[in-house]
Amino acid sequence: MSYHVNDKGFYGEFGGAYIPEMMHPNIEELKNNYLRIINSYNFRQDFIGLLKNYVGRPSPLYYAKRMSEHYQSHIYLKREDCNHTGSHKINNTIGQILLARELGKTRIIAETGAGQHGLATATVCALMGMSCIVYMGALDVERQAPNVKKMRMLGAEVIPVYSGNKTLKDATNEAMRDWINNPVDTHYIIGSVVGPHPYPDMVARFQSVISEEIKWQLDEQTGREKPTRVMACVGGGSNAAGTFYHFLDDEDVELVGVEAAGKGIDTSETAATLALGTPGVLHSSRSYLMQNEDGQITEPYSISAGLDYPGIGPMHANLFKTGRAKYIWATDEEVLKAVLLLTRKEGIIPALESAHALAGLEKIALKPEDVTVVTVSGRGDKDMETYLNHFGY
Amino acid sequence: MNNRINKLFQEKKERILSVYFTAGYPHLNDTRTIIQELVKNGVDLIEIGMPFSDPVADGPVIQHSSLIALRNGMSIRNLFEQLQDIRQSVDIPLILMGYLNPVLQYGMDAFAAKCKEIGIDGLILPDLPLDVYIDDYKSIFEANDLHYVPLITPQTSEERIRMIDSASSGFIYMVSSNATTGAKASVSEFQKAYFERVNSYCLKNPRLIGFGISNAETFDNACQYANGAIIGSAFVKALEGDLPIDQKISTFIKQIVTKA
Repeated sequence: MSYHVNDKGFYGEFGGAYIPEMMHPNIEELKNNYLRIINSYNFRQDFIGLLKNYVGRPSPLYYAKRMSEHYQSHIYLKREDCNHTGSHKINNTIGQILLARELGKTRIIAETGAGQHGLATATVCALMGMSCIVYMGALDVERQAPNVKKMRMLGAEVIPVYSGNKTLKDATNEAMRDWINNPVDTHYIIGSVVGPHPYPDMVARFQSVISEEIKWQLDEQTGREKPTRVMACVGGGSNAAGTFYHFLDDEDVELVGVEAAGKGIDTSETAATLALGTPGVLHSSRSYLMQNEDGQITEPYSISAGLDYPGIGPMHANLFKTGRAKYIWATDEEVLKAVLLLTRKEGIIPALESAHALAGLEKIALKPEDVTVVTVSGRGDKDMETYLNHFGY
Repeated sequence: MNNRINKLFQEKKERILSVYFTAGYPHLNDTRTIIQELVKNGVDLIEIGMPFSDPVADGPVIQHSSLIALRNGMSIRNLFEQLQDIRQSVDIPLILMGYLNPVLQYGMDAFAAKCKEIGIDGLILPDLPLDVYIDDYKSIFEANDLHYVPLITPQTSEERIRMIDSASSGFIYMVSSNATTGAKASVSEFQKAYFERVNSYCLKNPRLIGFGISNAETFDNACQYANGAIIGSAFVKALEGDLPIDQKISTFIKQIVTKA
């Protein structure tokens, strides 16, 4: 069985490109060119060069000794928080801006939730001298103020979106509308493994550097290429897709995604799409969605602005359905505990999103001989206000 | 085939006026009243909008009406109940327009069968692209005498327009500009060239121009280049305010159709 996308853009029964005709020329252009471009020699040179010398890759694979003692098992951390701009999002934006340049686009648009993708997009636009517009839910603009200021300083225009719940889903709607209105000069840098084909596959490929590095770094440090399991948080699912990518066909490596349960999966304030959702079509692809019986999308909730999305990438929908990956969840409260644990045990303050993956360690039966790699997708700087309010320092 | 869309385009070749409204807006139970008033004022075709929580192809006016309609409690089940006996009083073609997900949750088979039972003549689902329609749903549409109404835009290639034309059988919805609904537009040179280019293809399907048609001037202009035009956002906007709904509708339609 293949867990990769097929030539029609589907992962099993999920994915596809359910796009309005207005988006057809742009999606067709991307679909017909993305593999040719990203596999070309020049692109690889530029991409690998920037990841190394600009982003600071490879990101460390760190044996977390005191966490390992705490869990009586072997815990490694894949440190995407060490990247330039503070998260894994830059891996994808570097790739997409190089692609956009190759396609002759001059104007970049993006959606953002926590602001990490917006920041990573604003950064590469500054780097390439392209104009940048970031759509962000008005609520997120408020709760992620430091990132908004950084994006503006980088020269991006941040447009608050007031529709719906004023979060990530609404920002995505608005970015799609912008693209429909500006079909010629604009490239839409989607931040996760969501949206119409070829986005889920393209973003997964750019993020796959995470698992590519885990393999050789683990080999270098321990003499084994394969961990017992890899774990990552899942909203749309881009850092998880990158963490899983090169292990997809190694069926003896366990893949674990951790969703945001918000106040609990038995409440309405949650974002655990696979735990609670049903199949449907949103943002041009078929996947699991949080929706009511009339097919209206319900508003998700999580303490983490990067995970409160009512859908999930189609690759994850297929890994879930086929049982290849296991998806668990963590509540806001469990996540805050995990933040403090990592901070005090290892001196690393993680982002709220990443702390979901760490909170997942509490829910897995870890054997002493197990080797678990947890991706720390981002650093906690942007969440300091939440942490200070909660922990009361 | 006794589909009312085909009948309309056989009998009337020009200045066809199609009007869109969002079901459940301004009030949950306005649907029948709005349809009957539109018929009374001489509208040729009606597009009944099924509100969706995430209408990515729509501008602010229809986004807003969709939000209010959903808050009012509108759903596909509700809409079907409201339309149950509509064919006892209304003869003009009726089209349902909305997004794919609510239809999929209802079930495409059940949805199409219900449309046939009520007397719906076609569907406009902007996020159901042509290839998926052909592969998965064409046979269901045809079995229920429902037209799939495709969209084309200024960016659509000739090759693709011809493919769309051959795969459909009601009319083609010509999006006037690169835009979401409700955009302001006058007929620019660019649009004129696009309309004339499409006319030169001698397609088998008639065409209506939509997006940005808001008054007599834009309606008259659009009618020079196609069999008629579609008014959406401007009509939905006209339904705001405190006047009686029949008065709002007749005032609006009269100012569009100034020529006989």
